[in-house]
Amino acid sequence: MELELISPIEVAKEKIQAVQDYTLLSLRSLANLVQRPLYLADTMQQADSIGVGSLPIVVLTGLSIGALLALNSANTLQRFGGITLIGQLVSIGMVTELGPLITGLMVAGRNASGMASELGSMVVTEQIDAMRALGTDPAKKLVTPRVVATIFMLFFLTIIADLLGLVGGNLVASLLFGLDIRQYWTSAWQILVFRDVFMGLIKPVLFGFVISTIGCYYGMSTSGGTQGVGRSTTQAVVASSVLILIVDFFVTKLIFAVLGYR
Amino acid sequence: MASPTLPVESAAPRAVPPSGDAITFKDVSISFEGKAVLDGISFKLAQGEAKAIFGVAGSGKSTLLKLALGLIKPDAGHISVLGQEITYMRKEDLFEVRRRVGMVFQESALFDSLTVRDNVAFRLTEEHDISDEEIERRVTEALRFVELEHTLDKFPSELSGGMRRRVGIARAMITQPEVILYDSPTGGLDPVTSNTIIELIVKQRDVYKTSSLMVTHRLQDAFTMANHQFDPQKNEMRKLARGVRNDIPMTFMILRDGKAIFDGDIEELIATKDDYIREYIS
Repeated sequence: MELELISPIEVAKEKIQAVQDYTLLSLRSLANLVQRPLYLADTMQQADSIGVGSLPIVVLTGLSIGALLALNSANTLQRFGGITLIGQLVSIGMVTELGPLITGLMVAGRNASGMASELGSMVVTEQIDAMRALGTDPAKKLVTPRVVATIFMLFFLTIIADLLGLVGGNLVASLLFGLDIRQYWTSAWQILVFRDVFMGLIKPVLFGFVISTIGCYYGMSTSGGTQGVGRSTTQAVVASSVLILIVDFFVTKLIFAVLGYR
Repeated sequence: MASPTLPVESAAPRAVPPSGDAITFKDVSISFEGKAVLDGISFKLAQGEAKAIFGVAGSGKSTLLKLALGLIKPDAGHISVLGQEITYMRKEDLFEVRRRVGMVFQESALFDSLTVRDNVAFRLTEEHDISDEEIERRVTEALRFVELEHTLDKFPSELSGGMRRRVGIARAMITQPEVILYDSPTGGLDPVTSNTIIELIVKQRDVYKTSSLMVTHRLQDAFTMANHQFDPQKNEMRKLARGVRNDIPMTFMILRDGKAIFDGDIEELIATKDDYIREYIS
């Protein structure tokens, strides 16, 4: 097999071009919100597909993560006589970090891939060109509804995941370690301050934006036939997952810097 | 598949095509990954004219149509569509121009998540100010033109290749555009179905007097268009007598290595001394 050498400058140019294209698509998806038509029916359809469709996996992971968090930390807490703090630990962990992160990663795996493959298939079968030829802007008709629906639904999916994580933690704490239910929920509720809730609710908004714009970008920039669709799908999942982790770190750091550490 | 009879609807055809140029290319060049696909192409498509563009695979035929729709930008040169310079036009303004132009894609490019009805109605639905009754009437009319009114509720995956092309034609003509671009409309179809598609294109050209630019690699399709005329009385395409010309001017353009090596009518094409062209048309 013959290896083709590519100039590093060409590679750098391609990467910069990709970042520029992604930025423009992302900004356009937001700018379209103030331009008619708004495609509300398409947005509702996407919200149903993304939100309701992701509900089972979010319910399952939320419940499991809460239960596992309680199970893993209970032994240590018990050793120091602090088993009553388990509600606080699960609450802080789920609301500020694990709820948004796990929900984001699950939705990224399910929907960024779905968007990339759907839009990618439309690109390689010339359906996107046909849409433009018919006088419709694909960014407005296809991208903006997906971005709005993902942000909106991820926000509520995260709240559901947080709540079910607490329920999972409660099941472990009560059934395995005999903690009083009222004590668990009181400590879980009382430990939360404005900063925790704010952090836990701002993250899904940002993650939703990342998931949808990355999924749409890779879909819309697909080339190379069906093989290209597969490549775009994989890249969308990897890129959105990595970007979620990076955004998570910087948002957490920023909120701590602005609102103070616990 | 037998060629269906093709009824002519009550929709008012254009009695006389508007004057002026429908599409103008001036010294247009474009390259992909350093390879020149079109190199200084210039031609005009007059209003009401039909032009067939030939060339071997990869000669830039489909690229030329995408340039004419503003789907891609040329590296150099100027393109005008219906009197408007589109080369550096803003995206928002391009959508306005595209509303006056129809395009039939190589593989139909029907939206596979929409029914035939919604595919054909797409442009009207996007207008947002046309009543449902009016949309239904025009969709039925366009589908009757291509003899597919019974497929309204089917999805593209349930149709044959030829039927998908016919739905593609119905979708392109529903707003009665001033120009229709055909990208290899008979590519990959059997001869009988190809003949049906060409008959529809001839009918569209002769009944509605729409300017058309057709990219193809099948010479016989363009010759059929040149020496046939649609007879609305008999409701069928008929061959013109020897030496008789259609009212609609029909020209041919041949692309080779990114350049237009021929642009003229059928008599000029047959009389050419160019060895490549003679071999191509033989």
